[in-house]
Amino acid sequence: MSLSKFKFDKRIKLSFWIILIALIIAAPTLLPVFRLNLLGRYLSLSIVALGVDLIWGYTGLLSLGQGIFFALGGYCAAMFLQITSSSEFPNNIPEFFALYGVEKLPFFWEPFKSPIFTFFAIWIIPALVAGLIGFLVFRNRIKGVYFSILTQASLLVFFNFFNGQQKLINGTNGLKTDVTQLFGQMVGSESMQRIFFWITAILVIASWFFAKWVVRGRFGNILIGIRDDEPRVRFTGYNPVIFKTIVFSIAGGLAGISGALYTVQSGIVSPQFMTVPFSIEMVIWVAVGGRGTLLGAILGAVFINYAKSLVSEALPASWMFIQGGLFILVVTALPEGVLGWIQGDGPRNLLQRFGLKRKIETYPSLEVNNKEENNE
Amino acid sequence: MNNKNLLNLIDITVSFEGFLALNKLNLNLKQGELRAVIGPNGAGKTTFLDVITGKVKPTKGEVIFKGKSLVGRKEHKIARLGVGRKFQSPRIFENLTVKENLEISVSTPKSPLNLINKNIKDEQLNEIERLMKIVNLVQKVDSKAGSLSHGQKQWLEIAMLVGQKPDLMLVDEPVAGLTDEETDLTADLLKSLSGENTVVVIDHDMEFIRRLDSNVSVLNQGTVLCEGTMETIQKDQKVIDVYLGRPED
Repeated sequence: MSLSKFKFDKRIKLSFWIILIALIIAAPTLLPVFRLNLLGRYLSLSIVALGVDLIWGYTGLLSLGQGIFFALGGYCAAMFLQITSSSEFPNNIPEFFALYGVEKLPFFWEPFKSPIFTFFAIWIIPALVAGLIGFLVFRNRIKGVYFSILTQASLLVFFNFFNGQQKLINGTNGLKTDVTQLFGQMVGSESMQRIFFWITAILVIASWFFAKWVVRGRFGNILIGIRDDEPRVRFTGYNPVIFKTIVFSIAGGLAGISGALYTVQSGIVSPQFMTVPFSIEMVIWVAVGGRGTLLGAILGAVFINYAKSLVSEALPASWMFIQGGLFILVVTALPEGVLGWIQGDGPRNLLQRFGLKRKIETYPSLEVNNKEENNE
Repeated sequence: MNNKNLLNLIDITVSFEGFLALNKLNLNLKQGELRAVIGPNGAGKTTFLDVITGKVKPTKGEVIFKGKSLVGRKEHKIARLGVGRKFQSPRIFENLTVKENLEISVSTPKSPLNLINKNIKDEQLNEIERLMKIVNLVQKVDSKAGSLSHGQKQWLEIAMLVGQKPDLMLVDEPVAGLTDEETDLTADLLKSLSGENTVVVIDHDMEFIRRLDSNVSVLNQGTVLCEGTMETIQKDQKVIDVYLGRPED
C-alpha cells in the first residue's frame, strides 16, 4: 500500500512541475504585458524573501536591512546597462555624469564594462558586504533585537550615503535601465521583458532548490540549533559565528540577484530600494507566508505584492491598513504563517472546531508522527 | 605539575561586580575519575562549570586541561579540546528529531563545509544507533525532541554528551525531575562511563551521590570545603554545619 502511495505522490509531484513549467512558458501569452511585468517583479522579490527565510526563519536572525543587498545588486546591474549603452553620450560614459561635470568613469565602475564581471558582481558583492557586516556583528555576539536595530541602522547609513552621491551613482535620482540597450534591444521593450520574466522564473526555482539544499541536512539543523539555543551549539563544539556569517552572506547574495532582476523589470534602481519600510515588508512576506518553510516565503512575496497592487488600484489609500492587519493576524492567530498553519495541525483543528472531523484521542504528535513515517 | 591530572583548577576566583562567586577554588581531577560536586545553593557549582567550559572568564587563576590553559579560549574551542557539558535543565534542540540531535553531537569535523556537502559517516550512524539503545530512545528516533518526556530529554542530553566523545564530562543535575528508577539507571550509566571518561557530576540529591560511590567535593561560598569519600565528608564537622546538618534528619 505504501509503495503505491509513494508512486501516487510522485505522480502528483511530477504533474505539479509539468503544470508549473507550462504556466511559466505560457504566462506571456496568458497575461497582459502590464500584469506579466508585475508578476515578474514580484517573483524576483520572492528571491530576497527566500534569503530572509534562511536567516530569520531558520537561523533566527531578524534582519531589517536586506534592502542594502537588494539595492547593491540592482545598482550593479543598472550601471552595467548604462555603461554598455553610453556610446553616444559625451566621453562615452552614462549621460547623468555630464550633469555633475564628471568626465571620467569613476574607477570602481570600470570593471562593470564587462558583462561577465557584472554577472558575478550582482551576487558576489552583496554577499561579501553581508558577510563582512555579519562577521563583525556576530563576532561581537550581538543578537536578538540589537541585531535588528543594527541592521536597520546600517540600512539608513547606506540609504543616506547613496542619496548623497550624485557624482558616483546619480544620487537620489537613481539609475534608469528601461531605455538602455542589451544585445541590441531596448531593456524596457516587450520582448526583453518577456525574457527577463522567464529568467526570473527559472532563478526563483533555482534559488528555491539552493535554499532547500542549504537547510537539507546537518547544516540546516545547526542553523535551527542556533535559532533555538545558540550557547548549546557552542558547547557542542560548533562556532556559530561562522555558520551565521555564511547564511547571512547567502541571504545577501540572494538579495542581490533579487534586486538586479527587480531593477531590470521595474526600469530603475534608486535609493528608494533602501527605505526602512521596504525592508520591513520583506520580513512581513515571510512572516505571512510561513517562517522556516521556504515555499511560504515565495508565496508570501508574490501574493502579498499582487494583493497590494490589486488593492491599490481599487482603493488607493487602504493597502497600508490591510497589510498592517495581515501582520497582526499572522502574529496573533497564525504564528507559523499561512503555509506553516496548513502544514501543521491548523486545518484539522479548524475542521474539528466545526465538528467536521473526529478529534484525535492521544497526544497529537504521536499520531501525526506515525503518519509521517508511513509517508516517507 | 602532576601530569596524571586531566584537569587542574588553580586558585580560581570569579568576581561578579565584587561578589565572589568562586573564591580561590582549587580542584584536581585524575584521568578516568568520577567526581561528585555538591554544595548548598549559591555555593558556586554552576559557575565552576562555567569557568571550565569558557562561559565565564575567571578574574584570577588558571584552568589547566590536558596540560593546556583553557582561560581565554572560546567555548567551541574548549568543547573541541574534549570538554563536554550537560546543562541543569535539559537543553536539547526541541525542533529537531532525536536522531538529528544526536547527529549534531557526533558529527566531526564540525566545520560548515563538512556539514553542508557531506553525508554523515556510517560509523557515526552506528554510534547514534548505539547511543539510542543505551538511553532507550530507539523508538523515538524520528520524533521531535520537544515531544519527549522530561526524563527522556535528560537522557537524550546525556546521550548527546557521550556522543561528543569528550575526555571530560561535566554533568549538571542529571537527575533533577527524574523518577527513582530513572535516577538509579542514570547513576549506573554515569558510573559505567567513568574509567574511560572523566566525569564530574553536580547534584543535590544525596541518595544519588551516594549511589555514584565516588569521591565527593563539597563547595561552599565559592571554595572547596572538603574532599573525600561520602563517609568522610559526612563525618566532617564543617560540612555538617553548612550543608548536611539541616533539620532534615
